[in-house]
Amino acid sequence: MLQVPVRKGTGSAASTKAVILVGGPSRGTRFRPLSLDVPKPLFDVAGHPIIWHCLRAVAKVPGIREVILVGYYDEAVFRDFSRDAAKEFPHIRIQYLREYQALGTAGGLYHFRDAILKGKPDRFFVLNADVCCSFPLGEMLKLFEEKDAEAVILGTRVSNDAATNFGCIVSDGHTKRVLHYVEKPESHISNLINCGVYLFATECIFPSIRSAIKRRSDRPRIVSYPSSENLESSFFRDQDDDAEKNEVLRLEQDILSDLADSNRFFVHETKDFWRQIKTAGSAVPANALYLQKAFQSQSEELAAPSANILPPVFIHPTATVDPTAKLGPNVSIGPKAVIGAGARVKESIVLEEAEIKHDACVLYSIIGWNSRVGAWARVEGSPTPVGNHTTSIVKNGVKVQSITILGKECGVGDEVRVQNCVCLPYKELKRDVANEVIM
Amino acid sequence: MKALILVGGFGTRLRPLTLTLPKPLVEFANRPMILHQIEALAAAGATDIVLAVNYRPDVMTAALKRYEQKYGVNITFSVETEPLGTAGPLKLAEKILGKDNSPFFVLNSDVICDFPFTELAEFHQSHGQEGTIVVTKVEEPSKYGVVVHKPSHPSRIDRFVEKPVEFVGNRINAGIYILNPSVLKRIELRPTSIEQETFPAICKDGELHSFDLDGFWMDVGQPKDFLSGTCLYLGSLAKRSSKQLTPASLPYVHGGNVLIDPSAKIGKNCRIGPNVTIGPNVVIGDGVRLQRCVLLENSKVKDHAWVKSTIVGWNSTVGKWARLENVTVLGDDVTIGDEVYVNGGSILPHKTIKQNVDVPAIIM
Repeated sequence: MLQVPVRKGTGSAASTKAVILVGGPSRGTRFRPLSLDVPKPLFDVAGHPIIWHCLRAVAKVPGIREVILVGYYDEAVFRDFSRDAAKEFPHIRIQYLREYQALGTAGGLYHFRDAILKGKPDRFFVLNADVCCSFPLGEMLKLFEEKDAEAVILGTRVSNDAATNFGCIVSDGHTKRVLHYVEKPESHISNLINCGVYLFATECIFPSIRSAIKRRSDRPRIVSYPSSENLESSFFRDQDDDAEKNEVLRLEQDILSDLADSNRFFVHETKDFWRQIKTAGSAVPANALYLQKAFQSQSEELAAPSANILPPVFIHPTATVDPTAKLGPNVSIGPKAVIGAGARVKESIVLEEAEIKHDACVLYSIIGWNSRVGAWARVEGSPTPVGNHTTSIVKNGVKVQSITILGKECGVGDEVRVQNCVCLPYKELKRDVANEVIM
Repeated sequence: MKALILVGGFGTRLRPLTLTLPKPLVEFANRPMILHQIEALAAAGATDIVLAVNYRPDVMTAALKRYEQKYGVNITFSVETEPLGTAGPLKLAEKILGKDNSPFFVLNSDVICDFPFTELAEFHQSHGQEGTIVVTKVEEPSKYGVVVHKPSHPSRIDRFVEKPVEFVGNRINAGIYILNPSVLKRIELRPTSIEQETFPAICKDGELHSFDLDGFWMDVGQPKDFLSGTCLYLGSLAKRSSKQLTPASLPYVHGGNVLIDPSAKIGKNCRIGPNVTIGPNVVIGDGVRLQRCVLLENSKVKDHAWVKSTIVGWNSTVGKWARLENVTVLGDDVTIGDEVYVNGGSILPHKTIKQNVDVPAIIM
């Protein structure tokens, strides 16, 4: 049978763009108290903003010249980041496109279709900024070309228990074709889940979204599955009037299950790390994973291992760390932070200008900007098991945050112990506290 | 003079320490508990000391042999074959206690105070009656048995009221007595209580007096009180400007009341005190913070650890950046891992703790 040679893609011939979905200020509530002071995509893990890790992965893909950030933060929010990134990745043009209403992930793409289609790219990546993974974009592109795909999704295996909290993919193991997709099912369908990273053929995805919009106006959409994620977005939908309602379209719920019927939707299963960055506490495992990745690739940015540096550790060049302090593994020390003599920091993020005084101990925690931890104080969270995708634990029958978080400019007194607490900005902790949110 | 110390059984209330050593040999302020008593008795002229025990471990026999020589006293074990209560042991030891007409001391082995044996004996002689019991003033008499005096007499006891609901007085039995040998005739050789049977009988005859204790008093039979008693004892040493205390002028001593054995090693940049005792050959690392705690012989606290309200047992090790508090007791040869937190843990001997003990628990 004759086949029209469509895009027999060789990397150089076909052009590729990338879209990074950054969300907006009303979406980052689960990232409180840290999102009270910085937009989540700009929060530093492993020494760089969360979206920098996405951008760096995109910048490594040969042929990508343009990255579009889509979200509904104020334009000014990403100005400094874009300027710095332009210097670091000179071959990439970065622009931020702001949605004025939450349009949903697919709605946003469709709204900015002209900007995406400009220069006639054959395909484009879509990355959710709130995932932490190795972004194996090159491998996705290879599969895309091999299969002459319309869409490739990045998938990862999780435990059966955890799977129903995510979009579940049923695939043909041999051909890697996606047979079925369902977002947050109530019953077990598959433990291969959606990582929130996609590669779409431009000629396919926009028609798919258009037909979904058409279908929507013909027949109102079924209420999505109950989950905290959906409840948040349905809250916005209810506020909107009917005309706008039609534009709120999410890739996950509204587009992917239809794509599964197309026969040209494939999944690349990554065996590498993957975590969502939803709650503020999830920044700690994300920090650990990115640091480990940097360590494996022998990044020059990391501190050299020694008796008091258990790798991987990132220390900002402007931070001051006493040589008798012991750091690591999986520690990031931010700009101008001060770590005193005999202090111990493990599995934690210490943010800009924070101070850890002598002999203090910080474990599984985030120390907010300008916060101070007193001498012999102990600020402690609990380890979350590898492969666990939640950041809360049950202690004495009560659900508490596993990671202890001090917001901006908090103070912990000398010898005070803080365990499994979330502390909102500008609080002074003078007595021992455990398992609390401190307003 | 003669004395009887009521030692009793296995000291289960002071476990896990008493799984390793009999209670009288557990060091209080760096000296075996019983030594405080023997020394005070010897100083008051006691020559015959009877230890009333339920069992007699070899380690105790050996230790007391040494004390016999050192203090020039005869120490006899009086072993009960069945528990005889608090009065029965007196009868069992009648041969020694009643060998002459001089009065004898009786004391509970759990009690720590500035033992006033000389003054007590003088007072007893002065009133010339059968018995004198030491009483101490307490804030909450409703928890104890309270002594009520005869009207118009400062020391003669009228009666005892157990756990009074209404205020009848604030003096309680401190567990230290001096009795004439005639008291032995009042006791039968059977399980019987000195507080509930013997004393009321002497009271009835108007022959029992009280002697007010000056200064601190504590029953240190369980870990919480052992720590409190240590604080009181150290406070008393400080009050007397005792040379035993480590000078507060040392840079690492914080808030005073610190007793450090000369063989212990202290690291740099530590902050120690108030109310800390450190036993022989203990090693303290750098940047360690200690307060209200007892470190027994050969224990080790590594760099940057924080220890409060804790008894660290013999040969135990506390890891770097570990934090122990809230009446944590480590038995013999316990290891607390680096960075581990223990809140009110009772850790049995030879255990290694690698994970936090977040709420008070016994680790078997």
